[in-house]
Amino acid sequence: MNSQPDGSPPDDGRQNVYWTKNLQIVMFILAIWFVISLGCGVLFRESLDASFPAMGGAPFGFWMAQQGAIIGFLALLFLYMILMNSLDRNSGFDQEGEE
Amino acid sequence: MSQDLWNYIFIGGSFALYIGIAIRSRAATTKEYYVASGGVSPFANGMATAADWMSAATFISMAGIIAASGYDASRFLMGWTGGFVLLTTLIVPYLRKFNKFTVTDFLGDRFYSNVARAVGVVCAVFICMTYIMGQMRGVGLVFSRLFDIEIWTGVLIGASIVFFYAGLGGMKGITYTQVAQYCVMVFAYTIPAVFISMAMTGNVIPQFGLIGNFTEVSGETVPLLSKLNQLNADLGFPKYTVGKLETLDMFCITAALMCGTAGLPHVIVRFFTVKSVKAVRKSACWTLLFIAVIYLTAPAIGAFARTNLILEVQGKTYAAAPDWFKSWENRGLIAWADKNGDGVMQHTAGGVFVGKNDKPKYADAGERVANEPRRTTNELSENPNEIYYDRDILVMANPEMANLPMWVIALVMAGCVAAALSTAAGLLLVLSTSISHDLMKKIVSPGMSDSHEVIWARSASFGFLVVAAYFGINPPAEFVAKTVAFAFGLAASSFFPTILMGVFSKRVNREGAIAGMIAGIGLTLGYIVYFQFIADHQNYWFGISPEGIGFIGMLVNFSVAALVSSVTPPPPASVVRMVEEIRLPRDAGSANH
Repeated sequence: MNSQPDGSPPDDGRQNVYWTKNLQIVMFILAIWFVISLGCGVLFRESLDASFPAMGGAPFGFWMAQQGAIIGFLALLFLYMILMNSLDRNSGFDQEGEE
Repeated sequence: MSQDLWNYIFIGGSFALYIGIAIRSRAATTKEYYVASGGVSPFANGMATAADWMSAATFISMAGIIAASGYDASRFLMGWTGGFVLLTTLIVPYLRKFNKFTVTDFLGDRFYSNVARAVGVVCAVFICMTYIMGQMRGVGLVFSRLFDIEIWTGVLIGASIVFFYAGLGGMKGITYTQVAQYCVMVFAYTIPAVFISMAMTGNVIPQFGLIGNFTEVSGETVPLLSKLNQLNADLGFPKYTVGKLETLDMFCITAALMCGTAGLPHVIVRFFTVKSVKAVRKSACWTLLFIAVIYLTAPAIGAFARTNLILEVQGKTYAAAPDWFKSWENRGLIAWADKNGDGVMQHTAGGVFVGKNDKPKYADAGERVANEPRRTTNELSENPNEIYYDRDILVMANPEMANLPMWVIALVMAGCVAAALSTAAGLLLVLSTSISHDLMKKIVSPGMSDSHEVIWARSASFGFLVVAAYFGINPPAEFVAKTVAFAFGLAASSFFPTILMGVFSKRVNREGAIAGMIAGIGLTLGYIVYFQFIADHQNYWFGISPEGIGFIGMLVNFSVAALVSSVTPPPPASVVRMVEEIRLPRDAGSANH
């Protein structure tokens, strides 16, 4: 595929753009990750319990810590997969065969 | 049919299944042995990783811990699932692209040093040994309770089964047995929860039951969690949805568990078995989905069990106590000491006996008087709590509490065994590879042939299993309970930050990585050893308990590595090229040396 022959300088431009975008996606995912888990579930739990509408019978912060964060993580991994796959496609680093 | 017969059918049936799979997938080459030839589908790997991840402790104890500590237990729920976000975005895609057999391979190559490799071997062995002892113990306990045999017989049966498919089949054998084990576990965990949720809240889905309404005897409905807060407050416990941990401590523990999860070698290597980086991303989604099914059920089971326990026991006379109370009392896991002599059971906060973790000792040596509570001989504590119960029984007693049919109880038992076996097998694989590949092949005798390496791997897994079985039979009880913090603390302060820097920085070099790992591990181990074994006080730094110190150890690792790297020469050009290469997903190929 696109591999460089040993010793020749890597194709810097395209690789660097890909890596920068990759980092942006990772930072974006991890920012949300932090807010929904350590943020909502731990740091701001008390104020969320007090001032946010309850999820059914559960105070909001408590619900985030026990269920909401896990559902959020799942959504984040799905989002990560979509974003990275489309980045791969757009940068020409698409891989064949996954199953 | 009797309960025993059902148990034999379920456990025997599941064992026959595991062995059948193992015989079909024997490994002949190192590539099959270490990474199942790198051709597992993302879906199957997701299931196998979920089974690998969920240990006997998760399966048996987690709901009990949630029941006992309410909000505080969220650290495990968030920590052990949130770690997969870190794992997926920061670790596994790059290591899969790196395309070697072990995590230690990455440390050794990226930091061009056998010292880094050796530190990796020691950490991997320590983390996995800590874990596997608990798994063996778990198998032994379930067997001894089920079939009335000695614990050592149960441990030996479990160990032989694991050796049969993990030792012989390697990763290939493990993968497909883990898929089967996940299926057993998920049914065993959710079916009782569904029935209990229906009985208690009228919701078929337990996850909704947790936030649903509880119907009082009078017919009134109140939110289940408000009811539970009320019950807890009446008995002198902290409110269920509030807990009592300090926010900073809670933060550090949760973060340490997350980072530790992302650095556990037996989870990382599972992702080496899929075909490409793209498949890794997909497989991570499946993995977390399968884990979430169980982790979202656990808080529901915890809340239901807590409510059930209080309502059915508090203020009752012994004659009016439910049947399950007596049957678990038979097995020594529940005890009632009538401290005030009023003939009524009172449950409040605080330990029943003087020793903090003391198990009840009975006066009757097993021959109990019918319709009388078993008398305990422990020294009683000052506080008014009269009910001792082992937290582990909540999951196992759940079907009995909800009056479920006998086959459900047998299924739960088969699930416990599946959880212990699947994790033990994954750990055993990392242990044996650490010796055969990282130590023997890469450090001691690089010219070793492929078939020779597989023999080393099999012998090493046999050796480790013997040690694990020994400690399963003679558990250093205090020790094991206290060293759980080690495993996650070590992973969080060693593997996770070092791999992260190896991928995301081209500047961190050999000197920096080694200094960082030693500083991180040193602080974490020192702190845990000091507070768990030496000090008799709990004046933690800033209130951070030993469970959470791995997070601080990780920060120290990062800082020391950055500092030392900045004053020592940068890594050689070949290593920089390697880092550039693993950042691109193309051509992950199949794993090789």
